[in-house]
Amino acid sequence: MNNKTLEAASVQVKKPFSNRKRKTGELSFFQFVKKNNALYIMLIPVFIYFITFKYVPLLGSVIAFKDYNIFDGFLKSKWVGFQWFKLMYTNPEYARLIKNTLLISLYQIVFSFPAPIILACLLNEVRNMGFKRWVQTVLYLPHFLSWTLVYGLAYMMLSVQSGLVNGMIEGLGGHAFDFLQSPSAFRSVVVSAGIWKEMGWSTIIFLAALSGINPSLYEAAKIDGAGRWKQFQNVTFPGILPAITILLLLKIGNVMDVGFEQVYIFLSPITYEVGEILDTYAYRLGIMNGQFSMTTAIGLFKSVIGFVLLVGANKISKSTTGESLY
Amino acid sequence: MKIKQSMGEKTFDVFNILLLVIMSLVAVLPLLHVVAGAFSSNNAIIQSRVSFWPVEPTLQQFKYVAANDAFWKAGWMTVKVVVIATAINMLLTVVGSYPLSKLYLRGRKAIMLFIIFTLVFQAPLIPTYLVVKELHMINTIWALIVPGAISAFNMILCITFFRSLPEELFDAAKVDGMSDYRIVWQIVVPLSKPIMVTLLLFYAVGHWNSYFAPLLYINDRYLQTLQMYIYFLIAAGSSNDIAAAVAGDTGGKLLPKALEMATIVLATAPIVVIYPFLQKHFVKGATLGSVKE
Repeated sequence: MNNKTLEAASVQVKKPFSNRKRKTGELSFFQFVKKNNALYIMLIPVFIYFITFKYVPLLGSVIAFKDYNIFDGFLKSKWVGFQWFKLMYTNPEYARLIKNTLLISLYQIVFSFPAPIILACLLNEVRNMGFKRWVQTVLYLPHFLSWTLVYGLAYMMLSVQSGLVNGMIEGLGGHAFDFLQSPSAFRSVVVSAGIWKEMGWSTIIFLAALSGINPSLYEAAKIDGAGRWKQFQNVTFPGILPAITILLLLKIGNVMDVGFEQVYIFLSPITYEVGEILDTYAYRLGIMNGQFSMTTAIGLFKSVIGFVLLVGANKISKSTTGESLY
Repeated sequence: MKIKQSMGEKTFDVFNILLLVIMSLVAVLPLLHVVAGAFSSNNAIIQSRVSFWPVEPTLQQFKYVAANDAFWKAGWMTVKVVVIATAINMLLTVVGSYPLSKLYLRGRKAIMLFIIFTLVFQAPLIPTYLVVKELHMINTIWALIVPGAISAFNMILCITFFRSLPEELFDAAKVDGMSDYRIVWQIVVPLSKPIMVTLLLFYAVGHWNSYFAPLLYINDRYLQTLQMYIYFLIAAGSSNDIAAAVAGDTGGKLLPKALEMATIVLATAPIVVIYPFLQKHFVKGATLGSVKE
């Protein structure tokens, strides 16, 4: 009854209110806004927010080309052209920062990126649904812990005085190794912690892709006598390849963003040499020492590199695999 | 029809399950170790006798952490940030997403572009900091709330969901003379529970776990959040300040490490306790996001 009246109403209403098929030109833009003013009023906070906290800072990037000081502000500070970028180019300190950033990023692409793909494929092969759900629940959990807590756990496991792992190494007759304060281990520890935290959660996207594979493809493969490895090679892997490509492209675009929170919490003066990345350096230089212009130049440099890489990788991918972001 | 499994496939199944069990253990054992340590006696911790089960069980470190004002202050600050910020997030995201879910909205494409642009070109750190500073929010709770008032990504999820609601419903409501404001409140929100829960969780967990924003905007000890408190306790080297202060109260009887473990357990407990119940909502949100990508 209720439904019917609703339907009837909607049919009747179709004429005057039929929104989707309204011909443009029926109302002028101004008339439309006046009639639907509520919709635009609802958007006011959105505009204010994005302009204040996204667009103003983006425009504020001009201070990368200025010698910013607090008294003169954004507009009146003196222009210095590419001075800060030149400094980045000439100062060997920056070569080291870029190297550290790229190395950690490379580790992430080589180790952190494939880990959830492999895990998703392994989960996909599990026949026992109860077991699969149980494993998923456990492996998703670390994603919800903050980086400070992850560091806390790593500290309890790895510290040299009383860490569990070192306790075990000593118990087996080895020498304790200071995982958290050794330059040689820093990058591996940070990247491993990242894998520990995000590997499980990142499988979700790939599991969704896996569940989208048409089951009849597996049937056909079985009839052709394909074993499970053959099925994986010929059905499963091609099925998730588009998802892998897209995510890899996004990761390449973010090659300079290795995660401030992740790296900063593990850093200490002993590991600056190998662990200081552009983001953490920018934080220390900018926020703690007030060198706003130099820091903004670093940020701009990062975005430009990221953007160029994204466009380049997308082009290569488009011509080789046919997959692309846009 | 039953297909016989080859020997190789059987061994694979066994190894696969074994591997997954090992990975699950790696995921939970650090947590178990810290929980075990938090409940163990100081002697047992010093002698490294604690692995994954409390040794000589005791509650003494919890008693000291619970008696520590700074911990509770940081906890209360975090609760305030999470509640206020999430409420503002939800309000702005829902109210802003509704008009943008209307395909007939004039200028919709331009506004969508205006929002997506900020996802591609992220606002840089220092100019954002300077804006927050100009607004006199540094060292106030608002610095942790206002600069993250809307997440463009979550907003796009919300718009996508709203678009799946039947348009006829809105037409009918308009015939009944309902305003757009009442439609949002009385029709859209009740019909969008799944996405509401997901967004609520994403926003709330994000605020609970963030330590970058407080690191950036807060340097007043009295406005510390829980994550900052843990950061200073364990990572920043000044750890021993707070731990020593606490240990001082105890006459040096308690190990800093034992106190740190108890603090970690208390700070993690809310997330770990609610997580199993809400897991499916989180997963739903993540899948929605992947479809969008």
